[in-house]
Order: sequence, then C-alpha cells, then structure tokens
Amino acid sequence: MALLTCENVSVGYEGKPVAEAITFAVNPKDYLCIVGENGSGKTTLMRTILGLLPPLSGKMTLEEGVRHHIGYLPQQSPVQRDFPASVREVVLSGCLSRGRGPFFTRAQKALADKNIARLNITKIANHCYRELSGGQQQRVLLARALCAADKMLLLDEPAAGLDPQITQEMYDLIGDLNQSGLTIIMITHDVGAAIRNASHILHVSRTPLYFGESEGYAQSPLGSAFLKEANP
Amino acid sequence: MNTGGIWETLGFYLSYPFVQYALIVGVLVALSASLLGVVLVLRRLSYIGDGLAHVAFGAMAIATVLNFSNNMLLVLPITILFSILLLHGGRRVKIQGDAAIAMMSVGALAIGYILFNLFPPKGGNVSGDVCTTLFGSTSILTLSQEEVWLSIGLGFVVVVLFVLFYNRVFALTFDGEFAAATGMRTGLYNAAVAVVIATVISLAMNLVGSLLISALLVFPALSAMRVYKSFRSVVICAAVFGVTAALVGIVASILAGTPVGATIVAADIAGFLLFSLLGALKGKK
Ligand SMILES: Nc1ncnc2c1ncn2[C@@H]1O[C@H](COP(=O)(O)OP(=O)(O)O)[C@@H](O)[C@H]1O
Ligand SMILES: [Mg+2]
Repeated sequence: MALLTCENVSVGYEGKPVAEAITFAVNPKDYLCIVGENGSGKTTLMRTILGLLPPLSGKMTLEEGVRHHIGYLPQQSPVQRDFPASVREVVLSGCLSRGRGPFFTRAQKALADKNIARLNITKIANHCYRELSGGQQQRVLLARALCAADKMLLLDEPAAGLDPQITQEMYDLIGDLNQSGLTIIMITHDVGAAIRNASHILHVSRTPLYFGESEGYAQSPLGSAFLKEANP
Repeated sequence: MNTGGIWETLGFYLSYPFVQYALIVGVLVALSASLLGVVLVLRRLSYIGDGLAHVAFGAMAIATVLNFSNNMLLVLPITILFSILLLHGGRRVKIQGDAAIAMMSVGALAIGYILFNLFPPKGGNVSGDVCTTLFGSTSILTLSQEEVWLSIGLGFVVVVLFVLFYNRVFALTFDGEFAAATGMRTGLYNAAVAVVIATVISLAMNLVGSLLISALLVFPALSAMRVYKSFRSVVICAAVFGVTAALVGIVASILAGTPVGATIVAADIAGFLLFSLLGALKGKK
C-alpha cells in the first residue's frame, strides 16, 4: 500500500493552477526527488501534500494516520529575524505531534536531545537560533523535522545556500535517514545529486514531464538535457 | 514630603477596598496583556491590538448609551467578534489588510464619540465620559464589585490558558506552517488566540482606557526582547516587567494624583529605556 498517491492532481493558489495533471505514488522507504525550474510549482506541490493548501482538482491520498508522523523542512525564508528562541526550544517544538498533554514528557525531551546529538548541534543547544549561521540554522530545522518524522520526511531545498562540503554532509545524512527506513520526499535544484541519491524522480513543469526511477531519468532526453544544463 | 510621609499616605490608601481592587485587577490585566503581547509582537500583529482597542471604545459607547449595568457584557462579545474577523480575515483580504484595520479603527472612534454626544449618559458629562473611556483616567478606582470579580475571573482564565498551551503557542508563533504540517489544528488555535486577545483588551479598557492599551501589550514584550534571547526567558521577563510597571504606575498615580492609565504607561516607558540600556551593555560584552 502506497504512503501517498496523487492522481491527476492540480496544485495552485486561489483556483489558479501552477502545475497540473500530476500523477505519482510514494511507497514506504522510497526516496523521491522533485526537480524542475524555478517557479514550476515544486513548493506548491509540497505544501499541498502537507495539507497546507487544498488540491485544486484530482485525488491526493495520504495513508491513514500518517499526517501525525510527517516531518517538514521548509524552504528557507527570511522570516523571524528577531525571534527570541533557543535551539533547544525550536527542536522541541517538533515533538508536539508526539504527545497530547500540555507539557513535554521525558520521552519527548529525550527525542529532542537525540536529534540534537544526531545533527551535531549539542554544543549550541542553548544558543539563540537567529544568531546561528545559515548552515547551523538548517541543521536545527532538520532536527526539528526529525522529531516529528517517524514515517515520512519532506524537505524543500535543504541544501540551498549551503557551501559544497556542508551540502554533501546534508545529502549523506538524508541518505542515512532513508537507509534507516524513513520515506523521503525532497525538492532540489541539484539534478546530479538527485539522480545519485534518490530512488525516484518527479520532474515538475506546468505539467509533469517525468515520473519514474532515477536511472531511467538520467538516460531520458529530458533528464540528460536538464543534467547538462545544471552541470555544464 | 519625607519618606515616612509617603509610606503613611500609601498605607492610608491601601486600607481602602477600592484601592486594593485596583491593584489586584491591575496586576492581573497587566500580566495577561504582557503574555499575549509577546505573541502579538512576534507575529507582527501589534496594530491589530490597537485597532481592537478602538473597536472596544465604540462598543463601550454603545453600552453606555444603552445603559448597561455592566458594560463588559457588551464590549466583550463585540471585541471578540471583530478580533476573529480581523485575525482570520486578515490573511484573506488581499488588498491592504492594514488599511482596512486603520479604517475600522478610526470609524469605531468616530461613531463612539458621536454616540456619546447624541445620547449623553444621565448625570454624566460628555467630555468626562469620553476622556475616561479613552484614557481610563479614574475608572479603575470606581469599579463595581461585579466588574472586579469578572476582571479577576477572566484574567485568571487567560493566564491559566497561556500556561497550559505554552508549548503550542510557541510552535504556532515561531512557525505556523510547520505546526499545521505536522498535524496541529492551527485554525482552531488562531481563533482561540483571537478570542483571548479580545478578552485581554476588553479587560484593559478599565485599567488604562482604549488609547493606551497597546502600551500594556507591546512595552513588556519589546523590553524583554532587548535583553533576553530565548522564548521562555522573554515570556517570563515580559510578565514580571508588565506587573511591575502596573504596580509602580498605580501606586505612583495614587501618591502623585496623576491619571492611573497614563502613569502606568509612563512606568512602561521608563522600564523600556532601562532595558534598552541593559541590552546595549549586554551586547557590548
Ligand atoms: N502564496 C502564493 N500566492 C499566490 N501565488 C504564489 C504563492 N506562492 C507562490 N506562488 C506562485 O506559484 C508559482 C510556483 O511557486 P513555487 O511552488 O514556490 O515554485 P518552486 O518551488 O518550484 O520554485 C510561482 O509562480 C509563484 O509566483
Ligand atoms: Mg520552492
């Protein structure tokens, strides 16, 4: 049974479609990369999957009960410039879907600490979030997403604005997470990395141009052209 | 006046029940306003607080004209209604949400003022009533028993709700999209925040009057943010700051014979300057 299926889905804002006729399925342990031009509707599609936007038409089904087991790393936005929050507070907020009580339980705090350690940010756990570098902030938000994700992790351009070495570390980490059983849906600009890492590719344009296994994509005329364009 | 004289005067006033009520209500209102103010400031919604305060003024005028025994019974529901409309509709009204709020807020002021003039309350004088509603001049010292208990009850509920939902308030304020994506019913919580904010503003009408309410909301949060950098410490500091400023303001106004609301705001300003200085010193280290 697929975790997520989209049949002929259109996504967009206020009745105006951005991308149309999208059909694909995500099975447990898949690693799907969504690629495409800027403004082609990748983020819009991801927000629709997350239930933040309604699909304009078509059928999108998320397996029963998965909603509370999804983690999300949003596209970086310059929000919250002066927000007072410590790293630990931000990561802990990812544990909210793990419990119903008003206060965090010991298990929730342990989960936060585990993910803080996993992302190597223990030393800065009490620092102020807004004073960190871009790469560090991205790690904090990934730790938060991991607290919420025990079935599926959605990442919107996790490597945007990171230097090459940190980017590689990020991809390795996401690969490890996938190996350990987490289903991944990731938006990326880096087609080369997508083909190397992912099991499936969805190429979004006004309409989707390709959905299938990663290897087939590299060989397809579209994929090889896009690959050449991205890595001249 | 020597110091002994001040304490004697203070003790003399404190023995009056109406002064005690003023202090209790003042502390609770300031506490709940500072807590909610942190949320408003961080979500860039301070101007909505200001607009709602003006709506509360219009509602107060209607209540006065209709001769309500307890004005709060009308002010509270009207303010809650507008709060939900603004905080919910705000995102949907695409064009000039802020201009719509400015329009509504001066509209409520004007209509309220006209009502006060057309139907002057029995035995009162128009300018006195308007002044009281705008600046809260002495009204906190003339609260009826019923109003005192209503204020205490509502203030208490607001503070308890804030503590119980603290973690969710943080998640919603820091990143509402993430909270919604991971299954939090953000629509429901946003509506709850709108109701609580309207409640705090209606309560604060009695303490400082409608023009000065924003001060109770934003000064504690902004001052705390000058010095502290985690959400928890900002919330705690804002709460302590707001309560202290209210107490200092009320006591100073009694001793100096100045209007209560304006004196509290003056204490807020002094505190803000102090915290800005502390923040600058801390930054240099
Ligand atoms: N909140 C919004 N309201 C209306 N249109 C939007 C909104 N956000 C994005 N868009 C539009 O939708 C299109 C797709 O955007 P997006 O999904 O962010 O693209 P991508 O992530 O593929 O770069 C763009 O043309 C953008 O202008
Ligand atoms: Mg995008």
